[in-house]
Amino acid sequence: MDDPYQTLGVAKSASQEDIRRAYRRLAKQHHPDLNPGNAKAEEVFKKVAAANDLLSDPEKRGRFDRGEIDAAGQEQAPRSSYRDYAEADAGRRYSRAGEAPPSWSDDDFADIFGSAFGGRGRGSGSDRPSRGQDEHYALTADFLDAVNGATRRLTLPDGRTLDAKIPPGTADGQVLRLRGQGGPGWNEGPPGDAMIEIHVPPHPFFRRDGQDIRMELPVTLSEAVLGGPIEAPTPAGPVRVRIPPGSDSGTELRLRGRGVPRHDHSSAGDLYATLRVVIGQPDDALKAFLRSWEPEHAVNPRPSMEPRP
Amino acid sequence: MITVEVLLAQLSGLRPLDLERWISNDWVRPEARQGQFVFREIDVARVRLIQELRDDLEIDEAALPVVLLLLDQLYDLRRQLRELRDGAVT
Repeated sequence: MDDPYQTLGVAKSASQEDIRRAYRRLAKQHHPDLNPGNAKAEEVFKKVAAANDLLSDPEKRGRFDRGEIDAAGQEQAPRSSYRDYAEADAGRRYSRAGEAPPSWSDDDFADIFGSAFGGRGRGSGSDRPSRGQDEHYALTADFLDAVNGATRRLTLPDGRTLDAKIPPGTADGQVLRLRGQGGPGWNEGPPGDAMIEIHVPPHPFFRRDGQDIRMELPVTLSEAVLGGPIEAPTPAGPVRVRIPPGSDSGTELRLRGRGVPRHDHSSAGDLYATLRVVIGQPDDALKAFLRSWEPEHAVNPRPSMEPRP
Repeated sequence: MITVEVLLAQLSGLRPLDLERWISNDWVRPEARQGQFVFREIDVARVRLIQELRDDLEIDEAALPVVLLLLDQLYDLRRQLRELRDGAVT
């Protein structure tokens, strides 16, 4: 049995207050519940506690000093500490996770295996080479970059930069896989892949419809009635479009091959432009003309809205 | 399982008022049987833990809930880790 004075690190002449302070200092360091899984701390704490039991009681201390009892005589029956229960099933009583059994996400597994076994992800302590983890990122590409294709540079959390090639015709939610750009492999295994989910916010006037693109194209009254060439936007840039004479609101023009460009196994889509006649602020000449205008064929634009007899 | 009286006799220096407060703070959760508290081994160990934290480690009762919360989470994790290792959770 060790000398209790030595165990507490105090002199034989130490006051009761010194002993109490020494014990508290050591208890804070070695309390088994602050060091779960550390058998050495528990061993030290037991000795410290036994020494304190003996020396903190002036009567027992006096008898020990006079040689009437020895340190071993004061050793208490081995006591179980809280952690003996806390980690076992009984500990659920004080669980902070609620009554439900723990639910695990993949991240939890990665964390636990990572910290418990010194490995990363699927390393799990074995010597087998294993592939690195796939790492997931999100990237917002604007509508035209997604339609036409683009290369965007990403800076990863670890400081690496990646050039993500967004292929033409990429749709919202599509995931790009960059091989070998994920987490490093374990035991010389190959690295994982970087998985980049592309988000495409809507465009102010183009709308994707598979390989085709749809838009509404405003035209003036005279462009609609008389027809003529106008300039219309397309995903690849403005083009000249001929409006046929006698067009109307709702007339749909198809611009062949002006939709999503050809990619992979899909041929290029078309651009559908639905005309919308915009009159705007009428001038006096237009008003005067309309007042004197007698349509050759009277037209009822609302036949389908009239109550049926 | 033991009653309050036996517990107070077993743990020297434990005052009934302290124990009462710890139970009402929900730091110790004995079961209630026929109108009185009964303590399992883990409850006894926890009462002793709280005693040691307060008296030996000088953590005052205002800070105790934080320490207990962290310890409880630590033990949750360690229990889950043990279950994982034992294959109880797959």
